[in-house]
Amino acid sequence: MSEYILKLENITKSFDDLTVLKHISLEVEKGEFITFLGPSGCGKTTTLRIISGLLEPDSGSVILHGQDVTALPPEKRNVNTVFQSYALFPHMTVEANVGYGLKLKKVPKAEISKRVSEILELVQLAGFEKRMPDELSGGQQQRVAIARALANGPEVLLLDEPLGALDLQLRRQMQLELKRLQKKLGITFIYITHDQEEAINMSDRIVVMDKGIFQQVGTPDEVYNHPKNEFVARFVGNANIIPMEDGTSLAIRTENILLDVPGGIPAVVMEKSFAGGLMRIMLRTAEGTEVVATRHGIDYAAEVGQMLTFGWEPQNAVAVEKE
Amino acid sequence: MKKKRIKLSGIYLAVILFLTYVPILLTVVYSFNASKLTSVWEGFSLKWYQELLRDRDLREALINSLILAVSSCSAATVIGTMGALGMKKVPLKTNGLIESISTMPMMIPEIILGMVFLAAFSLVGLPFGMTTLIISHTVFCIPYIFMMVRARLEGMDQSIEDAARDLGAGPFRLFWDITLPMILPAVLSGMLLAFAMSFDDVIISLFVTGPRTNTLPVKIYTKLKTGVTPEINALATIMLAVIVSALLLSNFISTRKTRRKVRDI
Amino acid sequence: MKSEKQKKTKYGASALLLVPMYLTALVLVLGPLLYMVYLSLMSRGEVWGFINDVTLDNYVQLMEPLYLNTFFASLKLALLSTALIILLGYPFGYFMARLSSDWKRRMMLLIMLPFWTSSLIRLYGWIIVFRSNGTLDQLLMFLGVTDSPLRLLYTYPAVVVGMIYALLPFMILAVYSSAEKMDWRLVDAARDLGASRLKAFTSITLPLTMPGLLSGIILTFIPSMGLFFIADILGGNKIVLVGSMIQDLMTRGRNLPLEAAMAVVLMAMTSALLWLYRKISRTSKLEGLV
Repeated sequence: MSEYILKLENITKSFDDLTVLKHISLEVEKGEFITFLGPSGCGKTTTLRIISGLLEPDSGSVILHGQDVTALPPEKRNVNTVFQSYALFPHMTVEANVGYGLKLKKVPKAEISKRVSEILELVQLAGFEKRMPDELSGGQQQRVAIARALANGPEVLLLDEPLGALDLQLRRQMQLELKRLQKKLGITFIYITHDQEEAINMSDRIVVMDKGIFQQVGTPDEVYNHPKNEFVARFVGNANIIPMEDGTSLAIRTENILLDVPGGIPAVVMEKSFAGGLMRIMLRTAEGTEVVATRHGIDYAAEVGQMLTFGWEPQNAVAVEKE
Repeated sequence: MKKKRIKLSGIYLAVILFLTYVPILLTVVYSFNASKLTSVWEGFSLKWYQELLRDRDLREALINSLILAVSSCSAATVIGTMGALGMKKVPLKTNGLIESISTMPMMIPEIILGMVFLAAFSLVGLPFGMTTLIISHTVFCIPYIFMMVRARLEGMDQSIEDAARDLGAGPFRLFWDITLPMILPAVLSGMLLAFAMSFDDVIISLFVTGPRTNTLPVKIYTKLKTGVTPEINALATIMLAVIVSALLLSNFISTRKTRRKVRDI
Repeated sequence: MKSEKQKKTKYGASALLLVPMYLTALVLVLGPLLYMVYLSLMSRGEVWGFINDVTLDNYVQLMEPLYLNTFFASLKLALLSTALIILLGYPFGYFMARLSSDWKRRMMLLIMLPFWTSSLIRLYGWIIVFRSNGTLDQLLMFLGVTDSPLRLLYTYPAVVVGMIYALLPFMILAVYSSAEKMDWRLVDAARDLGASRLKAFTSITLPLTMPGLLSGIILTFIPSMGLFFIADILGGNKIVLVGSMIQDLMTRGRNLPLEAAMAVVLMAMTSALLWLYRKISRTSKLEGLV
């Protein structure tokens, strides 16, 4: 029964009239790195708060290690959270922050201090014990927040967009570190992000969320290359959605749109822009479907207002369901 | 051009500040004057300080004022802080109404507040004296503490409390370890403000005090009305010295704290 | 759906936190205020107290010239003091907001220092200044402006100075706190777009510091209606204000219902002002107070 460390069963949650989670269910294995990916307001943070116990679901249950913990307050669950804003206790030193959970568990002082230095070593903050949180940089505060959540030895670590406030370079570095940490400790990570790159880089499985529903659950390869529906194709793969005559849709990623193909679909160039090393060419067909194609370099010869044709290789098109 | 404009504004600030301090400085200077007449300087003397020490009435008034200020600001601190915490935790619909009612004493002219208390105490037949003083000062101090603590609570990152619960803190530990230390600066500065308001109040005290209970401001007020005694100069100077050193000390401490912070970054 | 009962038990212990505040608000603030309104509708007792007999006589009596004149004299003094406080305090708060952060802190300390000392004692300093043959007289005679001592104490200007002195810090702090939050680049932007210095001030700075100015007005005008001890000490018995009249009636006449009626009128004025403030500034928070 308990091969799954965490099970969400048919969970629903509303705030006033707004339903933010609609009958979601999920099974998470021990040692898995799971990412909840979705736009803001999709319900991912609510899900996390329900797992940690900070929120109670309206219906459904949370099962941790085979035990139903739905009604248990957060202090009675062996789950810890790394908060988006770090939420470090501003009036406590790094040492006191990291050791706080152990102190509450009445672990002897000597052991706390030993455990705290081990964990600070692990997150490469050895020697920062006596600092106050406001004397640390953003990246260092982040590491303290991770260390604090790990100190209690949780079975599941919840991370709520932990890298959101860091700059791009630091974020890439922390992604690698987090992944390394998770492999080393062998505990389950449940990670929240709205950044598909981050999700694909780190996760064993991705849960794509929108409007309080799990749109697709699968490996990075599955959600990227075989999106189940239009939302997943668009959100994870930045794909074009092209409606077909029979009522179905095709998802084709921007780099797979071929231009100036003989016998292709005619379209007008609406806009050209250059970003992230890629030229984006926006086209519009006579039916009003908008399609974006990307090309490397800035020298693609197409002027705004010009007519051209586009197409795609059949193997690059994926049939997707409507949302 | 620009430099000159800044200079002019600097002169303006300096002149107004100077005028603010003129009466205070004069009070200090004349407290050491040997003459009874404030207009004539007859040499340095400490005799008004000696006289002040001998004045039993004033000493009694000072003790009364201290008892009053300490008890009413403590009571107000407990009620106001509890109220601010409770309103955050228990979002009742009536909270807004109660908040407006509780903060009214801050908005109503003091003289009306004094009358209102006077009438109410007469109605219930409470004898005028320390009890009535403490009750009215407490009511009038609550809004200052309530508003300061509430502002602090509103500015607090909610996820800090979440983090403590997540790490295993129950309601009691959460309050003791996290919430209280975080609102403490606001509670203390509210308390200080409340203490100063109560210690300085004349108007409300005039209405609700009994025939035998004088507070320091009431005593000073009657003295000022009947004529000038240089004793008051001495008293004012002592009070000033206490307040100035307290303020400078707290400023010094907070400055050092920020300096340390800046250095470490 | 969570049941009501479940919600109640969840708040259980925390709800107790509210009890003292609710009790004081209802029993010690609202109760006495309502009692005051009730009193104002009673008739005066023969010797002392009041008779349970509903009447509007007290309000009618307030229209008598004696009371009406005192009321308007108080209003005039309050308006004059507030106007002068705006003129002196607004530039001060504005200039202060433009100082470097070190100087801001120093200025704040210098402003707050007198504020924390006893208001009576600060007033007392002005007696030394205004007394016949006092500091100001000596200065004027030294400068050759006058050759004999003036009678400055116990005059109207002395009272106005006292009012300004007592209430100026409220205006300064209110204006400062909203000017401090202002983004001064907006003024640069306006100047860049061709606004003159004056135009930039009236179209950008003034509207953006308006909340501070308004709350400064509230914080000075409301207390100035009731600060009778300033008029008492610096004005002698010559200037009778609503405040001193109430105090006088209280200690001598013992006409409780009439006093209650006065208080109700003043309270209504205060509430109307606060209501107006809320309407204009769309907030109930007073700038610079906390």
